[in-house]
Amino acid sequence: MRPDTDTVRDWLGEVPDPEIPAISVVDLGIVRDVGWEDDTLVVDVTPTYAGCPATLVIALDIETALRERGLEKVEVRRRMSPPWSTDWISPEGRQKLLDYGIAPPQLNAANCAGVLSAQSAACPLCGSENTEAIAARGSTPCKAQFRCRDCREPFDYFKAI
Amino acid sequence: MDSLVTFCLRMGDTTLILGQQTAAWCGHAPVLEEDIAFANMGLDLIGQTQLWYEIAAEAEGRGRTPDDLAFFRTERQFLNAQLVERPNTDFAHALMRQYLFDAWHLPMQEALCESGHEAIRDLARKSVKEVRYHINRSRDLIVRLGDGSDESRAKMQAALDALWPYAADLMATDAVEETLAAQGVLPDLARVRRAFEAETAATMARATLDIPANGHARTGGRTGIHTETMGYILAEMQQVPRSYPDARW
Repeated sequence: MRPDTDTVRDWLGEVPDPEIPAISVVDLGIVRDVGWEDDTLVVDVTPTYAGCPATLVIALDIETALRERGLEKVEVRRRMSPPWSTDWISPEGRQKLLDYGIAPPQLNAANCAGVLSAQSAACPLCGSENTEAIAARGSTPCKAQFRCRDCREPFDYFKAI
Repeated sequence: MDSLVTFCLRMGDTTLILGQQTAAWCGHAPVLEEDIAFANMGLDLIGQTQLWYEIAAEAEGRGRTPDDLAFFRTERQFLNAQLVERPNTDFAHALMRQYLFDAWHLPMQEALCESGHEAIRDLARKSVKEVRYHINRSRDLIVRLGDGSDESRAKMQAALDALWPYAADLMATDAVEETLAAQGVLPDLARVRRAFEAETAATMARATLDIPANGHARTGGRTGIHTETMGYILAEMQQVPRSYPDARW
C-alpha cells in the first residue's frame, strides 16, 4: 500500500538532524518535496551548508527511516536551488533549538546574513538580550559562539544564512 | 581540455587546496575558537569543491567522480591559484592567505550568481552566502591584528609582504575565461578585480598595513605551474586513496 505524501512528511518529522538531534529534518526546512514517481518515493532534500558533513548522514537516515516504515523504493535527491535559508526553519524548530540551548537564527536572513555583528541573540538560558559574540564559528559551521553578559554562560547561536 | 572543465577545475582546485591547508590548523591554532573556525571554513571550501568537481566531471563526460579528480591527478594537472598552496608558516600567514582569497572569492561568487550556466549559478547562489561569513571573519581579524600590538602588526605585515604577489594568480585569466565570457558563462571579470582592489585597499588602511608597491606578481597556478610546497600538500592529501584505491568507508 502506498502512503500519501502527508503521511510520509509526518514520518520524516521524526527523523532527527544528526548534528542537532533536538530538531528534525522537517523542522530544519531541508525537505523540499515528497512525491511518488511510479513506485518510487522521491524525497528532495536541500543541503544546509555545501560542506556540512551531516548531509550524507541525513540522506541515509531518511532512507533508513522510510524503509523501516515498509517502503522499498526510496530515492533521496539533492536539490541545490533555491539555496537553503535559516528562514525555512519552522516555528516549532526554532522553539526546539531554544529548548536545546541554541539561540535560533535571526529572521529575514537576507538582511543580516554574512555579517555577524548585524545579528543579535537572546541568551537561551536566562533570556537576557545583553549578549556578545565571541567567535564567528561554533561547534559546527552553522553556529557562532556567544556569551551572556548577565548570567555569564556561553552559548551557541545558529547564524542566519 | 574543454574551457568549462578547465574553469571548474581552476575554481575547485583552489577551494580544495585552501580547504586542505586550512583543515591542517585543527588542533594547532592559537585559540580554540579560531581553531574551530579554520577547520569549519575548510569544510565549507571542500563542500564547494565537491560542487565544482561535479560540474567539471559531468562536462568532461569521462565518468570520473569528484574523488577521482581530487585524489588521482598529479601536480601539473592541478589548476589552483598559487596563493592557496603557500605554507601554513604561522597564524598570520594563514589568516592573510585566507583574507586575500576571500577578498577575491566573494566578488567572484557574486559575479557567478549571474552566470548563464545553470549549475554554476546555483552553486554560486549557495556558496556566496557562506563566503560572506568567511570574509566577515577574516577581515575582522586582519584589522584587529594589523592594528594591534607591535608584534602582531609586524607579523601581519610580513605575511602581507610574502603573500601579496601571489594574489595576482587568483585573477589571472587566459583564453579559457575569454571563451566562457563570450558564451555568457562568465560575467565581466574586470569588476571582480576592481572589487578585490577596493576591498583590500580599504581593509589594509584600517589595519594600518602597507600593500607592497613593488608590483611583483606571481602567476602560473591556473595552468598547472606550482611552487615547491604543492607536491607536499598533494602527497599528504592523496596518500591514503592512492595506497588503497578501492577502499570504501
